[in-house]
Amino acid sequence: MTTETLPEQRASDSRVGGHLRNYFERVRGGELGALPAVFGLVVLCVIFSVLRPAFLSAINFANLFTQGAAVTVIAMGLVFVLLLGEIDLSAGFASGVCAAVLAVLLTLEGWPWYLAVLAAMLTGVLIGLALGSLVAKLGIPSFVVTLAAFLAFQGVVLLLVKNGTNISIQDGTILAIANNNVPPLLGWAGAVVGVAAYAVIQITQARRRTGRGLVADPMSVIGFRVAALAAVAGVAVYVLNLERSRNAAIVSLKGVPIVVPLIVLLLIVWTFVLRRTAYGRHIYAVGGNAEAARRAGIDVDRIRISAFVICSFMASVGGIIAASRANSVDPNTGGSNVLLFAVGAAVIGGTSLFGGRGRALDAVLGGAVVAVIENGMGLMGYSAGVKFAVTGSVLLLAASVDALSRKRAAAGGRR
Amino acid sequence: MSQGPILELRGINKSFGPVQVLHDVAFSAHAGEVTALVGDNGAGKSTLVKCVGGIHQIDSGEYFFEGRKVQVHGPRDAAELGVEIVYQDLALCDNLDIVQNMFLGRERRSGLVLDEAGMEEMAAKTLEGLSVRTVKSLRQHVSSLSGGQRQTVAIAKAVLWNSKVVILDEPTAALGVAQTAQVLELVRRLADNGLAVVLISHNMNDVFAVSDRIAALYLGRMAAQTKTSEVTHSQVVELITSGRSGELGLGNGNGATS
Repeated sequence: MTTETLPEQRASDSRVGGHLRNYFERVRGGELGALPAVFGLVVLCVIFSVLRPAFLSAINFANLFTQGAAVTVIAMGLVFVLLLGEIDLSAGFASGVCAAVLAVLLTLEGWPWYLAVLAAMLTGVLIGLALGSLVAKLGIPSFVVTLAAFLAFQGVVLLLVKNGTNISIQDGTILAIANNNVPPLLGWAGAVVGVAAYAVIQITQARRRTGRGLVADPMSVIGFRVAALAAVAGVAVYVLNLERSRNAAIVSLKGVPIVVPLIVLLLIVWTFVLRRTAYGRHIYAVGGNAEAARRAGIDVDRIRISAFVICSFMASVGGIIAASRANSVDPNTGGSNVLLFAVGAAVIGGTSLFGGRGRALDAVLGGAVVAVIENGMGLMGYSAGVKFAVTGSVLLLAASVDALSRKRAAAGGRR
Repeated sequence: MSQGPILELRGINKSFGPVQVLHDVAFSAHAGEVTALVGDNGAGKSTLVKCVGGIHQIDSGEYFFEGRKVQVHGPRDAAELGVEIVYQDLALCDNLDIVQNMFLGRERRSGLVLDEAGMEEMAAKTLEGLSVRTVKSLRQHVSSLSGGQRQTVAIAKAVLWNSKVVILDEPTAALGVAQTAQVLELVRRLADNGLAVVLISHNMNDVFAVSDRIAALYLGRMAAQTKTSEVTHSQVVELITSGRSGELGLGNGNGATS
């Protein structure tokens, strides 16, 4: 190990070269972060846009977001459970149950939309509370608890929608979530405010750290990050604000889909919770070494239960989005590939199945990869069978990368 | 430093079911000194330490801290007194960095948000106070540290909280020669900084290298507690293996001399 003194290191760290070197060292040491997902996303987009130019059209770009939204939101919740080294196999059908609750209350009982949404979310919280308590207090492996719940919730959805009938949703507010767009000007305003806020936060943070004599990210690196975010947000808003309607004279279709700001908001909230609060720190600690966390005075059971509550709550939000997109709820809502796509999204994004490593952003990046695969292969005219096989292979590939990088970190780091 | 001991136990008994692990044990630790706690496997070292740390409750006996009689019902009570234990398995989270590990469970925050800069400053100050210069960055993950560095982080974590008594459970057991020397140096420095250090060790070289006093447990009884300068290597081995050595040890009362 090096015997450099702290002050020397501080000086070299504040330069860009040192920053880059540290980054490459981390990557070589097995901390790949967002690299595989971003790389995969770029490769897939290039392949699909070469083979099917329609992939790049504005309407398809907007479709990608609405297609991937539900899975991404569910994946964001799954990140919390995966961070603990647990799994929630019932998240898909939990979203189905919540969507069914929403549909029944909204359409059959005639509740106002906000009460029905509240009830659906409450259902999610209660589901998480039950699953988490069984795992944390009784000590049943989460795999078994949620596998049982997977089957049971499938039954509950069937019962709620009266054995296979299809409950349609007519409420305008709920339908708007996945079908309507933000006015173009508001989209631009949101992007500008968002990027500016990000820049201000990053700069004040670095200022405060250098003011106290601590190592801070160099301004050039911060500038690069802000510019990258501005570029991505700018291009996305520009393309989404293009006219997508085939016949603009009859009905105009442009603007950022409402699900996009919704996902961004959830991403900001959960990133804040994980990175900036003691609770988030404790989630990582329990996932890294539960015994160490217990000895440090952290209530491990409470952390476990809360992670399942967050996961099922996010599943309920995903269920509401799915119901809005399908305009209805049927026995298959949240079923078939939803769960595997969500787990796949989290893992492809870089969240470890072994616990202790993951971010809310992983769900968004991985969700984008999954959505691009499904969308692109659909455009190419492949059958559902091929799509499943390919998505499965990508999940397996991501899990292998996860396992290998973990091995590498263990071999390189320990001594 | 010849004032009274900062930590003193008298007549401690502890049973697990029908098995009595500690018999009428007396033990003391002094500020500014390293007290080595030695004994064969099963002699009750770990149990005694866990009683001190509040993990186990004592059945009977008296616990004095800074001359006051105190009741320790759990790890929190011990931590409040200023007693910290560094366990053999260190209890560090590999996926967190050095600062995060040092403040785990006791994070400093301003409002809802973690006070990262403040914590990093305090951690740096603590490590500087221990003259630790071997870590590259306080923000590196613990998984990338060597065994000796991990031990250092665990010890620094214990020292961070203005603790008065630090108990180290076999800190050098898993280390190589150079790293052992590093950690022993650190142990000595802790005592020189005014802390009372209790060092559990099987290694007689380590014990004689750093300790001021030696306490030898034999089958759950305190065979002898003596100044390191007054005993020889082989006498300590005898105390560990048979509970007595010439004048010293069981049979001459319960050996709880200071």
